[in-house]
Order: sequence, then structure tokens, then C-alpha cells
Amino acid sequence: MTDTPRHTPARQRTGRPAISRAAEPVVKLLIRLAGWSAIAILAAIAVYLFLGGSRAIDEVGLFRMITGEFWYPTSKEPQFGFLPSEVGSLWVTLVGLSLSVPLGVATAVYISEFAGKRFKEVAKSVVEFMAAIPSVVLGLIGIALLVQNVRVWFGLDTGLTAFTAGIMVGVLALPTIVSISEDAMHAVPHELRLGSAALGNTRWQTTYKVVIPAASSGIFAAVILGMGRAIGETMVVLMLSGNAGVIPLSPFEPARTLPGTIANELGEVVRGGLHYSALFVMGLVLFVVTFLINLAADVVLERQRRRWRR
Amino acid sequence: MSRVVRARAAEKIAQLALGLCAVVALGSALALIGYIFYRGAGYVNWEFLTQPPRKAMTEGGIYPVIVGSVYLVVYTALFAVPLGVMAGIFLAEYAPRTRFTRMIRLSIANMAGVPSIVYGLFGFALFVIQIGLGRSILAGSLTLACLTLPVIITATEEALRQIPKDLRHASLALGATRLRTISRIVLPAAAPGIITGSILGLSRAAGETAPILFTAVAFFAPVATSVSDETMALPYHIFIMATQSTKDAPNMVWGSALVLVATVSLLNVFVAFWRSRQRRKVRW
Repeated sequence: MTDTPRHTPARQRTGRPAISRAAEPVVKLLIRLAGWSAIAILAAIAVYLFLGGSRAIDEVGLFRMITGEFWYPTSKEPQFGFLPSEVGSLWVTLVGLSLSVPLGVATAVYISEFAGKRFKEVAKSVVEFMAAIPSVVLGLIGIALLVQNVRVWFGLDTGLTAFTAGIMVGVLALPTIVSISEDAMHAVPHELRLGSAALGNTRWQTTYKVVIPAASSGIFAAVILGMGRAIGETMVVLMLSGNAGVIPLSPFEPARTLPGTIANELGEVVRGGLHYSALFVMGLVLFVVTFLINLAADVVLERQRRRWRR
Repeated sequence: MSRVVRARAAEKIAQLALGLCAVVALGSALALIGYIFYRGAGYVNWEFLTQPPRKAMTEGGIYPVIVGSVYLVVYTALFAVPLGVMAGIFLAEYAPRTRFTRMIRLSIANMAGVPSIVYGLFGFALFVIQIGLGRSILAGSLTLACLTLPVIITATEEALRQIPKDLRHASLALGATRLRTISRIVLPAAAPGIITGSILGLSRAAGETAPILFTAVAFFAPVATSVSDETMALPYHIFIMATQSTKDAPNMVWGSALVLVATVSLLNVFVAFWRSRQRRKVRW
């Protein structure tokens, strides 16, 4: 028994200083706190928007602002109606979506159902590339290429209109719509396609009879997420929509938008004043609208995920 | 016409139409980038990158603008990456399957959808006024960090989830604690995914204008020397030059746009390249 190798105790052999053992609960706590940070930040955003806007809510009233027709923040008897901005945002979003939804979904269908492997890979990286173009650059391109042309094409007084901004917002929403609806179609089990093909359907018949219905909720989520991007986009609308004061009756008029109004005016107002406070309420409205949109998209996507989980 | 013939014709037409849509959509993306290169290439040279602007920003370069953007992105990374990675670890390794965890995930998805101007308002109210940082690089990068956080959290969680259970089990079987398993085995294996995801998030942050509009930037500022300075930054510089400047500047602004887009594009290409190499190299 004398030649039994002598072992040092396991604890010592790992050579682990006691200090790192003591640090473990601390690190674990930090990790847990970090995990909660998203909730904390989201709550803080809501709280600070509300605090900033509380004066306007008290003195003007939330409902009167949301439904008010006139935005005259600097006149002697100031009016803080959001309708011009809301209608402007609506036009921009409508134009943007009517451009990007058909184009985006069709592109996603092609990538997912028709394209070869090589094209698929290239297409996906181009879409990611597109999502990486900063919006201020899209605004710059819009100024250079669209503003003059829109004025001439439609015979308008100015090319800075909701339509002009809408086109670029469409470009901006496109990658979101393509990539999320492509994901949705990709998640449809391959067996469904094989079954459909076995019944004698062509690829296109399989696509619109089987794949698109099966992925419909994901495609819907893609559309509403694209809408969220379009509503919240700031720089493109600030640079291209014209930021006019009145309610635009058609997309071919200069329009102001919710994000554009905030970006345009917050820098120039008196801190703590009524105008300043009204801009925070506008931010709050924007926050709540996009929050609801994202919530809806998340619920829809979760349902889709559960449906095809195997 | 028989049904079969009709179905075949429809197949052809559908394929053609959808393919055309795809080409238009993807082609327009490439055309936009190409256009920026076409307009900007003539302005970008060594002097443009290393000299301060002259004659009310109609001549000279954009050196202070670039320095400002670098400052903002570096500090954004300092704030967002550690927090985001830890949150990702929590979600992938520790989070119980409870309603509360579901709420955290929902918050992250929602944070990603909050408009950037709302982050700007929030950052202004909290960092600039409440905490009293003033318009500064610090306030701006804290605001950008909030915006980048969900991207980094999601990338980290996804990267951690791709590491097979066997690796964790092996480490635990050797007597390592859970935290040690994560820090010594799982994190190093997931590092490429985390780093590439973080780079993508930060490259988006570099192009954001609305969040720094009220929290960090000035129309003109000297080269930043400390984090409490106001600064110039590329996206804001492009915005201000494009909308409210003198006659000559709108041409030079394409140089700035090219610098921004080229940087963001290079980072994206680098990430795509690294990821595909990683995918080929590592097989679990």
C-alpha cells in the first residue's frame, strides 16, 4: 500500500482562489439584475414621458390634444392639437406600406419558395445590408432624387410631401417586412409542401393554397412590425415631408408627423413650458401606439411559433 | 384550355412576377448604396478624413465629426455590451420558465420597436436634465445604449442557445459550478456570435440621428476631448448639412454620407464573412 499515489484534496487542486468563490453570488445577482433591465428601461421611458407631459395633460387635457385640429404652439392663445401630425403620420405610413407590403411579401415568397440556394443566401445578406442603411442617408437621397421629381411628376407646388416621405419610409420598412415574412414561410414544415406536391399541385399552387395560409399570421406580424417602423421613423419624414402646419387632405400635400414635430421643435422650446410638455405628450402617444403594435405582433408571432413547434 | 395547361401557365407567370419583385426590391437596395458611392467618392480623401472643416464647413474635412461619432459608439459599447451580455446570459441560462420571464422577453421585443425619437425624448429627460449630464457624449451614448441593448441581448441569448447541452453537462460533471461553466466553457464558445451581434447593433447605433439630436450633438463643436463635451457626429452632420446649409455644402455632405455608409457596410460584410466562416468551421 505504500506506493498509492498521494492526492491533494480536490478543492486545492483546482487552484481556485477563495475570492472568486465568494464573488459568485455577487455575479449571479448582477446577471439577474441585468436580466430585469429591459423591463426597468421600458418602465422608465413610460414614466419620464408621462412626467414630462403631465403639465400639458393637466392644463390642456389629453383628449383635447389628441383630437385637436390646430397646432399653434407659439401663438398668443396657443393650441396643441395633434391631428395635423396624426393625419400626416397616417398618410406617410399608408404610402410607405402600400409600397413595401406587396413588394416585400412578394420578395419573401420568391426567396422562400422559388429561389435557388445561392440566390437565397445572397438575397438574405442584401436584405440585411438594406436594413443597415442609416435613415438620415435615405433622407439625403430623397432630397437629391425624389423631391424635384415628385414636384414635376404630379404638378405640385412643392416636392416636400407626405408622399415623398412615404416612398422612403417604404424603403425603410422593406427589410423588416421581407425578413420576418420570409422567416414565417421558412417555419412552415416541409412535409406540407411535399403533401401538396403529391396531390398534383404546382409550386405556385402549393404556395398560395398551403404555404401562405399556413404562414399568414407571421406575414401579418411582418406587416404590423413594418407599420411600427414606418410610424416611428423620424429622420426621413423630418427631411422629406415638408412639416406643414395644417391637416393634409391628401398625401400630395406637405405634412407634419408625430416624430417630425418632436424632432423639429424640442430643441427650440422653453424647458418645462407648455409647448415642451405637449411634445412629451406627443412622444407618449407615439410610445403607446408603437407599444400596442409590437404587443400585437408579438402575440401573433408567439401563436405561430407554438403552431409549428414539433 | 385544360386545367393542367392553365396551372402550368400560372406557375410560369407567378415565378416571373415574384422574381421581378425580388429583383426590384434587392436591386433598389444595391442601387441606393451604389448612388451614395457615386456621389460621395469624389470627396473622400485623406484630407477630408483628417482635417477640420473650414469656411463655414464648405471646405476642409470632417475630422471632428468622425471623432465625435467614434466617441459615441465606443461609449455606447461600454454601456450596452456588458449589460446586454449579462441579460442574455440570464435569459439563456438562468431564467425560469415563468410569466415574469415571458414579460422580460416581451419588454425586449418592445424595446426594439420603440421609435428612436422616443429614446431621444427619454434620454433628454433622464440623462440630460434629471441626472444633469447636459448635452454631452455621455448623455448621448447612454441614450444610444438603451436603443442598442435589445439587439445585444437577443444576439447573446441566441448565441448561447446554440451551444450544445453536452458541453455544459461535461463541465458540470467535472465538478465546475454553473457560473464557472458559463464563464469558462459556454461564453468562449458563444463569443463569435455575441461579438458579431454586438457589432451589428453598434453599427446601427452609429447611424442613428434622432436619439442624439437633443442629447449630444451641436451644429459646430471642436474636436471632442472629454465625455462631457458636446460634439459633432456623422448622422447629425449629414442631416444639418442636407437641410439647412449654404450652396456648396450639399455636395460635400455626400462625402460624409459615404464615410458613414461605407463604415456600416464594411462592418456588416465583416460580420457576414465571419459568421459564414464560423458556420463552416464549427460543427457541434
